[in-house]
Amino acid sequence: MDGNNVPSSSTDHSVQTPVIIAENLSLTFQTGDGPVHALKDVNLTVDKGDFVSFIGPSGCGKTTFLRTIAALEAPTDGVLTVNGMVPDEARKARAYGYVFQAAGLYPWRTIEGNIRLPLEIMGFSRADIENRVRNVLELVELAGFKKKYPWQLSGGMQQRASIARALAFDADLLLMDEPFGALDEIVRDRLNEELLSLWARTQKTIAFVTHSIPEAVYLSTKIVVMSPRPGRITDVIESPLPKDRGLDIRDTPEFIAIAHRVREGLRAGHGDEV
Amino acid sequence: MSGRMMQNSAIGRGGRWFRKAVMPVLAVIATLLAIWYVAVVPMNIKEVLTQAEREGAVIVPPSAAERRDAGRWGLVFANLDLIGPSWSTERARLPAPHQVAGELWKSTWVEETTGRRGIVQSGSFSNRSLIYHGGVTLTATVLGFVIGSVLGILLAVGIVYNRAMDLSVMPWAIISQTIPIVALAPMIIVVLYSVGLSGLVAKAAISAYLSFFPVAVGMVKGLRSPDAMQMDLLQTYSANKSQSFWKLRLPASVPYLFASLKIAIAASLVGAIVGELPVQRGGLGARMLGGSYYGQTEQIWAALFMAAVMAAGLVWLVGWIERRTLRAMGAQP
Repeated sequence: MDGNNVPSSSTDHSVQTPVIIAENLSLTFQTGDGPVHALKDVNLTVDKGDFVSFIGPSGCGKTTFLRTIAALEAPTDGVLTVNGMVPDEARKARAYGYVFQAAGLYPWRTIEGNIRLPLEIMGFSRADIENRVRNVLELVELAGFKKKYPWQLSGGMQQRASIARALAFDADLLLMDEPFGALDEIVRDRLNEELLSLWARTQKTIAFVTHSIPEAVYLSTKIVVMSPRPGRITDVIESPLPKDRGLDIRDTPEFIAIAHRVREGLRAGHGDEV
Repeated sequence: MSGRMMQNSAIGRGGRWFRKAVMPVLAVIATLLAIWYVAVVPMNIKEVLTQAEREGAVIVPPSAAERRDAGRWGLVFANLDLIGPSWSTERARLPAPHQVAGELWKSTWVEETTGRRGIVQSGSFSNRSLIYHGGVTLTATVLGFVIGSVLGILLAVGIVYNRAMDLSVMPWAIISQTIPIVALAPMIIVVLYSVGLSGLVAKAAISAYLSFFPVAVGMVKGLRSPDAMQMDLLQTYSANKSQSFWKLRLPASVPYLFASLKIAIAASLVGAIVGELPVQRGGLGARMLGGSYYGQTEQIWAALFMAAVMAAGLVWLVGWIERRTLRAMGAQP
């Protein structure tokens, strides 16, 4: 196991420790066309070591929920705790790493330099930075590319680098907002596989936003189905699939059954609009 | 067969380079020179006719009064044998290109190497040479450019980070650029002289006045170029304002800065020349105005070309620094 996840691997996983708790969480944006209920009465608990996917059509609040966890948005009602703290404190305590839909690497920094960015901002020592950069680059299998600039890498490799950047400072929680949404299906399959193996090795808790049903079912231990207007949770599915799974699990009846339930949930949430 | 083809393609490559890169430039220059030579004839025809009459030549029409009211082209066609002299007359309204080139050569190389006050005989640049006057202008240009650029960058930082400055500074900056600099320059010089600043500093102030604006506008755009996602990313790291400035906004603004600096250095040169017009203590501006006082059109054109060459050189220099900087910042070649 890599030296950079000692804190998480030392905890006992047989006991369920909640990482994220949302109680009656609501978020209303005031716009020119009146209030928009991005989130309404959301109740959810994410335990340590979970891989939770949020799935739903655009406007269902899945990204807003992730941003609220990251303290990039403030809820207008209800309670939200991350590691037992309010989100803003959790952010200052570096509770999470955030991966955006676009890799968002700085074009003027090398891959190594990009991963160094959060570490420089957080004031890690020089020797510590070198160590961490080396470790996470190995973790995402980009060690040979550290001196390259982003434009010299493929889209999939850039997204791996951005995951490495989010992992570099040892947050136990990884928030991922459609990280593979802009990639083609072949690259996406491969990165899904790699993400699962990374999750198994690092024991992180992952909250993952997607609009792909196969991706959600393949990756998750818990699937949260959401629906729009107002943004709310319509179904929470605890996946019976084993934690250790390969891509071929997508052809098993269990997988197809869960995918079916997700699809039903999405359809029910849409109501008569579809 | 294949050997011949290879040989042909090697020749072809050189030929293509000549046709694609050199020919268009030469064609444009040749066209401009041709237009210039044609324009010289009607521009100078009246002076040439007067001169020829004095020397006893027969000209059409013979009376000066008739010539005064006649059209220039009509005079040219009535006196086709005087086209030649119009390209070599001493005090031309519009000197021919070779006359300007001759003046440029005379007031640089010849003056410095053989003139009594030239660098060869006196050890310092002659105050009658364009090298000396170009140097005077260049000093003011560079000083004004540095002051203006620093000022522009500071204003841009203020505008981006301070809402009051955002709302108040930009309108004034725009108004400042709508006032003709020729009208403003003498006032700036008078006001600065009254507080004890004159010469180089006064000219640099005018240069700075012209060059701060493009830098400020470009830098505001550049500092604001990071998108919402980039700003959110820094927020997730709890980065403070100074970190987000040094690590994101400033590096992101560099390409915008260089685009502005190229405009600023050219504007700065114009500012320095305009600043030299009312003072008449050396510089290309002083040479231009001096030339117009004494009807020395060759001197005006020579100074103009010297200014153009300097502007091209300065813009090229900024472009060279830009390429070096962006390559060091990992830009795609």
